[in-house]
Amino acid sequence: MVTGSPMRRYLLSALTLVVFTAIFVLPFVFVLLQAMKTRQEAALLQFSLPTEVVLWDNIVQVFQARDYMLVTAFINSTILTVASVTLMVVFAAMVGYVLQRRLTRWTGFINFLVLAGLIIPPAVVPTIWVLQGLGLFRTLTGLIFIEVAFGLSFSVLLFRAFMSTIPRQLDEAAVIDGAGPIRTFFQVVFPLMRSVAVTVIVVQSVQVFNDFVHPLYFLPGDENATVQLTLYNFQSQFEAQYNLLFADILLITIPPLLMFIFFNKKIVAGMTAGAVKG
Amino acid sequence: MAYPAWFYLPAAVVYGVLFIAPTFASFYFSLTRWSLFDQEFIGFGNFVQFFQEPALVTGLTNTLIYGPITSVAKVVLGLLLALLLTSQIQGRGWLRSVVFFPVLVSTIGVGIMFQALMDPRDGAINRMLGVVGINGPGWLTNPDLALYSVALVDVWKGVGLATVIYIAGLVSIPREYIEAAAVDGASAWQRFWHVTVPLVRPATNTVIILSLIGGLRTFDLIWAMTRGGPGFTSDVIASVIYKQYQAGFYGLSTAGNVVLFVIVSAIVVPLAWWLNRRQVEY
Repeated sequence: MVTGSPMRRYLLSALTLVVFTAIFVLPFVFVLLQAMKTRQEAALLQFSLPTEVVLWDNIVQVFQARDYMLVTAFINSTILTVASVTLMVVFAAMVGYVLQRRLTRWTGFINFLVLAGLIIPPAVVPTIWVLQGLGLFRTLTGLIFIEVAFGLSFSVLLFRAFMSTIPRQLDEAAVIDGAGPIRTFFQVVFPLMRSVAVTVIVVQSVQVFNDFVHPLYFLPGDENATVQLTLYNFQSQFEAQYNLLFADILLITIPPLLMFIFFNKKIVAGMTAGAVKG
Repeated sequence: MAYPAWFYLPAAVVYGVLFIAPTFASFYFSLTRWSLFDQEFIGFGNFVQFFQEPALVTGLTNTLIYGPITSVAKVVLGLLLALLLTSQIQGRGWLRSVVFFPVLVSTIGVGIMFQALMDPRDGAINRMLGVVGINGPGWLTNPDLALYSVALVDVWKGVGLATVIYIAGLVSIPREYIEAAAVDGASAWQRFWHVTVPLVRPATNTVIILSLIGGLRTFDLIWAMTRGGPGFTSDVIASVIYKQYQAGFYGLSTAGNVVLFVIVSAIVVPLAWWLNRRQVEY
């Protein structure tokens, strides 16, 4: 028993490690292997090492496909992500701040609207109809505001929760010192929210970058795609060119992977907020 | 006034114009025959069609299957994984990362990846099964199986989120409770069922609600893997909405949106209320 127990624990650990790595990592290894193969070899879909490594050629080909569609898409996705997340953070921080600090008879109703945004599925065609009326359908600007609208609820909840940890005396002191509401918020309160702001930025960036449904509906067409749409477009075009399709998957997985490597803790903190009784 | 109401304004304008207004407009447009060029009020015709046409009814029932099964699977597997990953096991950090990473990967990418892995003849899954003498099924080509295969991939991709939520819940349980139960002679199973499970309740509620909302509204994964096929056997409401939109039946598509809205709120709102009411105090 005395010598057996650590040994058994060690074996159990090793077994778990192998099983989980197989289930959760091998599919990604498969993507990498496919992206390295020639067209004929990738078509076999075999889980095997490539006989000839042509990863770089595949990547170059994917970028060149359809008149450099993927290059445009990476630029579009970058603009989309940066712009929408910036607006989301500023707007949601302002809402979270006032919502937590000022209790009026509207507070309950506003909380209800925030929760509704998490539950209600957006009405697609009427949204297109509104965007068309504003002249924003099929434009990147329109899509940016769409992402802001659908990301607000989650962001507001995080900011509101964090506000309750910032002492009221701080903003009251700023007001007594003669600061107006804008200065109080942007120079005193907002800097204190930095840690939750980083959480919101990281989580929402991954969310927006990976979003497929909204670009599909509100920014259709090949010439102005986002990265997720290139995958969808290539899926039909590259039916027989699995090497290129998987090279594309590989490329668009890199930004979330970097986020994960650098901000793992922040992402997990943001996504588990509300799980613990607070 | 340090907390001016106009701080709500920028958010309210974007949210009101692009989310609330379309939601209200959808109630009207769902009662019309609506194309690019004109609209005509037809009463409840779209809804009647939604509950009569087999292709649309399939989408409805599939949604009611897909949402609950993915949600339950994520609750059970998420809790088990979280228990494993908070135990004394070696390599916890690596395991947590590995289980969580798929959450951050593009859904379409995951869909294409598994479409290849689940290929009935050449796919790695069936080849592996073949090695041990099992004749693997047509995961995505068998009409009876396609929806469940997609649900399986959904769980693979999403269980990491449930796991980290449960880990956060588990580490917040004071150790004394479990130790006290052990001192009182409770077996490992009793400690799990009578101490851990009730105390991890807030995490369970979050996982149920989040995954149910996601599951009922699901679209990308199904669209990437089967396009609702074979035939329309793996269609869900969200994919029906897209198909009707593509076909130019805007009124019908919007009626689908209203149906989805009603289903999601009729299930999620009472459930969330009930779950929160039953929370244990400690």
